[in-house]
Amino acid sequence: MTSVFFVYFAVVSVVSAVLTVALRNPVQCGIALLSLLGHIAGLFVLLHAEFLAAVQIIIYAGAILILYLFVLMMLNLKSEERYVHRRYAWYVVGMGALSIELMLMLLASNYAGVKGTATADAIEQVGNSTAIGILMFSDYLLPFEIVGVFLLGAIVGAIVLTKNPTRADLEREPS
Amino acid sequence: MIPLSAYVAVSGILFVTGIVGVLVRRNFIIVLMSIEIMLNAGNLNLVAFADHLQSLGGQVFALFVIAIAAGEAAVGLAIIIVVFRGKIATNVDQINLLKW
Repeated sequence: MTSVFFVYFAVVSVVSAVLTVALRNPVQCGIALLSLLGHIAGLFVLLHAEFLAAVQIIIYAGAILILYLFVLMMLNLKSEERYVHRRYAWYVVGMGALSIELMLMLLASNYAGVKGTATADAIEQVGNSTAIGILMFSDYLLPFEIVGVFLLGAIVGAIVLTKNPTRADLEREPS
Repeated sequence: MIPLSAYVAVSGILFVTGIVGVLVRRNFIIVLMSIEIMLNAGNLNLVAFADHLQSLGGQVFALFVIAIAAGEAAVGLAIIIVVFRGKIATNVDQINLLKW
């Protein structure tokens, strides 16, 4: 049963990624990206990461994608005649070779590694989000704080970039 | 039980698709969307290895990656709006002031 779900989520996410890159109309690309994000969330559920699946839906599909669609609607882009690069075939061939190389490397690797203590049963007892929260606010506290500062910088940067200069700003500016 | 290599294979295919999108498309917004595809592929890899190695660190890092993606989308879209409003360019390959 799990493998049926895996095949469904994997195939649909790869197909929607290809559609995101290949479709002509930018709004349709956005909808294909939405489908990709939803199916990646499904793969997260199969990997016992339920909290991350919820975060993926809420933040990616709910916030980031809506931002993209807002900008698309605001700019009112026309779907153009020549929407890909001039020599795109070369890039596609090269990347196809890269992906074949990746798959060969996958077949050759044995995925050794030291197993941790967080088995599926151990996480089940406290709950996925509790376990992640405890780890995030103890071992990963410094990265968490850095992400907070980063998000503040992103907010300030976005506001400063898109602000319309007012008359007072223009007068203050030395000419 | 799904083997780890299946997840890593899906993640690799998604990543390569994202690279192709960044290289090939001419529209700013689609290029940013392709970067989101690549970030998602990395997230999938992190979570797959977190499940395989039975350690939650990968899931915590995937959360951080999602936060970084949100900031990147906000700033990138702000830059796109500035470029469009100033009528500097309408496609990626028209911004070539620094090209020599």
